Amino acid sequence: MSKVEITGAEIFARSLADEGVDCIFGYPGGAVLHIYDALFKQDKVRHILVRHEQAATHAADGYARSTGRPGVVLVTSGPGATNAVTGIATAYLDSIPMVVFTGQVPTSLIGNDAFQEVDSVGITRPCVKHNFLVKDIRELATTIKKAFYVATTGRPGPVVVDIPKDITAERTEYFYPRKVSMRSYNPVVKGHIGQIKRAIELMTGAKRPMVYTGGGVILDNASDELTELIRMLNFPITNTLMGLGAYPATDRQFLGMLGMHGTYEANMAMHHCDVLVAIGARFDDRVTGNIEKFCPTAKIIHVDIDPASIAKNVKVDIPIVGGVMAVLQDMIKVARGSKQKPDSTELANWWEQIDEWKSKDCLKYDSGSDRIKPQMVIQKLYEITSGDAFVTSDVGQHQMWAAQYYKFDKPRRWINSGGLGTMGFGLPAAMGVQIAHPDATVACITGEGSIQMCIQELSTLKQYALPIKIITLNNGFLGMVRQWQEFFYQGRYAMSYMESLPDFVKLAESYGHVGIQIKKPGDVEGALRDAMKMKDRVVFMDFITDSEENVYPMIPAGAGLNEMILV
Amino acid sequence: MRHIISILIENEAGALSRVAGLFSARGYNIESLTVAPTNDPSLSRMTLVTSGTEEIVEQITKQLNKLIDVVKLQDMTEGIHIEREMMLVKVRATNPQEREEVKRFSDIFRGRIIDVSDETYTIEVTGSGSKLDAFIENLSKIQVLELVRSGIIGIARGEKVLSL
Repeated sequence: MSKVEITGAEIFARSLADEGVDCIFGYPGGAVLHIYDALFKQDKVRHILVRHEQAATHAADGYARSTGRPGVVLVTSGPGATNAVTGIATAYLDSIPMVVFTGQVPTSLIGNDAFQEVDSVGITRPCVKHNFLVKDIRELATTIKKAFYVATTGRPGPVVVDIPKDITAERTEYFYPRKVSMRSYNPVVKGHIGQIKRAIELMTGAKRPMVYTGGGVILDNASDELTELIRMLNFPITNTLMGLGAYPATDRQFLGMLGMHGTYEANMAMHHCDVLVAIGARFDDRVTGNIEKFCPTAKIIHVDIDPASIAKNVKVDIPIVGGVMAVLQDMIKVARGSKQKPDSTELANWWEQIDEWKSKDCLKYDSGSDRIKPQMVIQKLYEITSGDAFVTSDVGQHQMWAAQYYKFDKPRRWINSGGLGTMGFGLPAAMGVQIAHPDATVACITGEGSIQMCIQELSTLKQYALPIKIITLNNGFLGMVRQWQEFFYQGRYAMSYMESLPDFVKLAESYGHVGIQIKKPGDVEGALRDAMKMKDRVVFMDFITDSEENVYPMIPAGAGLNEMILV
Repeated sequence: MRHIISILIENEAGALSRVAGLFSARGYNIESLTVAPTNDPSLSRMTLVTSGTEEIVEQITKQLNKLIDVVKLQDMTEGIHIEREMMLVKVRATNPQEREEVKRFSDIFRGRIIDVSDETYTIEVTGSGSKLDAFIENLSKIQVLELVRSGIIGIARGEKVLSL
C-alpha cells in the first residue's frame, strides 16, 4: 500500500472536521493562505469571516458559551494574532473553552523580525491555559488534538496553536488520534467522598445556610443537579454574574445576583449566613467586597475543579476539588441517604429574615419618569421575549442592569465578559450565539460606548444574515465611569461624555439593517415588539435613556457586603 | 519563610519562561532558579527558591502545578533534605601573604583552587547557601574580582524521591 501524504493545511482542515468542529471564525492573511486554500476546497468546516480579529475570538467565545462546545478561531501571524489577544484574555478570565490557531512566519524566518512576525506564543502565554508552537508537521494533528483536549477538560480555557507557514505546505501522512493523554495533565473529576460527606453534615446542621454559585456550574452543565440539591435542602441561593441562569431566577429560593451590584437580600444573606457553600465560583473581588469583612460568621465549603482557586482569596473550612457536576451528584446521593436533615424551624426563621430583606425591593426605580429608564427597557425586553432569549452584553451599567432585570431561568442564555470586562464583546459574541442557534432570539444589550468598540461587525451580520437585536442604552455617557466619577470624584466627568456620536439609525441603515431611535418611555414596548417581529433582520434600537441614572444597589470599594448603598 | 521547590517539567522550549512568567505575573518572589535536563532527557528538573507566607507558598505550588508542562513538584522544605550550591570566586592574590591566606580559607571551607595566575586565584566552593555566605564574609580582607553562584539545588534525604 502506498502512503498517502497530504499537506499541513489539509491536515489542519481534516483535523478540525474529525474533531467535530462545524464552524470557525477568522480572518485571512499571508501566513495562513495555504490553510485558507485547504478550507476553500472542503465543505465540512464552515468559516465565518469577521471584520476584525478581536471579533473572531469574541464570536467563537459566544459560540462556546451558548453551546458548551469549544469555539475555534483562525487568524494570521503578527497583527492577526495581537488583535486576537483581547478576545483570548476575555475567554481566559471566564474559563471558556476555545482553540485559537495563529499563522506564523516560516520556521526559517522565526526570530528574524520577519514581516508580520510576532512571538505569538510569548505574547499569549499569560492569558492562555496552554499554547503550542508546531515545529514538525508530523506533530501537527496530535498537537491539534491536544489543544482541544486541554481547552475542554478540567477548568476550561483558551489554547493557542501557532503554525508556521512552511509547516502548512509540507506533506505527511494524516492520522488524527481519537484520544491523547499527557503525563503532565490529568485533571480530577470526582471529588473526595469523605470531604463531600463532611460538607453535607455541615450543611444539614446549618441554621442560616447560603449557597453561592458561579460560572463553574454552567461550564460543567450541572444546573439540573444544582437545582435538585438546592430544592431538596430548601436553601437560599445566589449566583455570581457569571453564574446567572445556573439556577432558575424566577424560583422562590433564588435571591438574585450578589456582589458589588447584587441584591440587598443576596448580600445580606451572605453576610449573615453561618454556612456558606460556594460552588464553581472563585471569590472574585467584585463578589466579596472587602475581604476582611466577608462572611464573618460563616464556615465555608468550596467546590471547584481548580485547586488553585481554593483558599486563594478566602480561607475555606471544607475544600472539595472536583468537577461541579460529579460533586453535586455525590452531594445529592449523600444528602438523600443522610439521617440528619436541615432543621426546618431554624430554616423557617432564616427565610423569614431573608423575606424581610427582600421586602426592601432594592431593584425598584422611578417607573413614572418622563425619560426612558434603562431598567425599564430590560424589563420590557424580558417580558416580550418571555425570558427565553439569548442575551449578550457589553460592559458597564447596561451589563449590570441586564444582569439585574433579565431573569435567566436557563443556563448558557446570559453571555457576558465578567472577568476581563471587555467592552466590544457583546456584538461579536451575539454573532457566535446566532451562528450556533440560527432560530433563536439573540439580543445584544449594549451602550453607545461599548457598541462602538466592535461596530464594524454590523457588516458581518449582513453577510451571514444574522438577525441580532441590538439594544443600545444610549445615555450619552460612559455610564459606569460617570457613576464612579459622580460618587468618588466629586462629579468631575473626565472623558466620560461621549461626544460626536454617530446617528446610529443611519449607521445601521448604511449596513443594510433596520435602525430605530426611541426617545419616549411610552414607545419602548412597541419598539421592542416591532423589532422582535422582524425575525430575519438586524434591528439596531437606539434607546435615548436618562443620562444620569445609576446602578443600585452598590457596594463601594473597601466596604463589606452588608454596607450597600441603596437608592 | 524560605521554601525550596523542586519541579519536574517537560524539557520543551518555553517551559522555563512559563515558570518565570508565572512568578512575575503574580508578583511572587524568586531568590534563585536553576534548571537542567535529568537522566530522562524528556524531563528537566528545576529548583526554585522562594519565600512568602504559608498561604502564598501554597498558591505558588498550586499555580505551578496548574502549568500544563509541570509533571511533578515537591516542596523540599516540608521534609528533611540536602541542599547544595556551587560558587566560583576569582580573587586578587598578588603577594605570598594573600596567596597563603586565600589557600588557608579555601582549605577550611573545603574549597578547591581551580585556576591560578600571577595575580589571581579562582576558588570553587560547594555547600549550603549559608556556608557560601560565610566564606565570602571571611574573605573580607581579600579583593573579590568576580563571583558566580549556581543557585541552589536540593534532594530529599532517605528513600523519598521526586521522579515519575
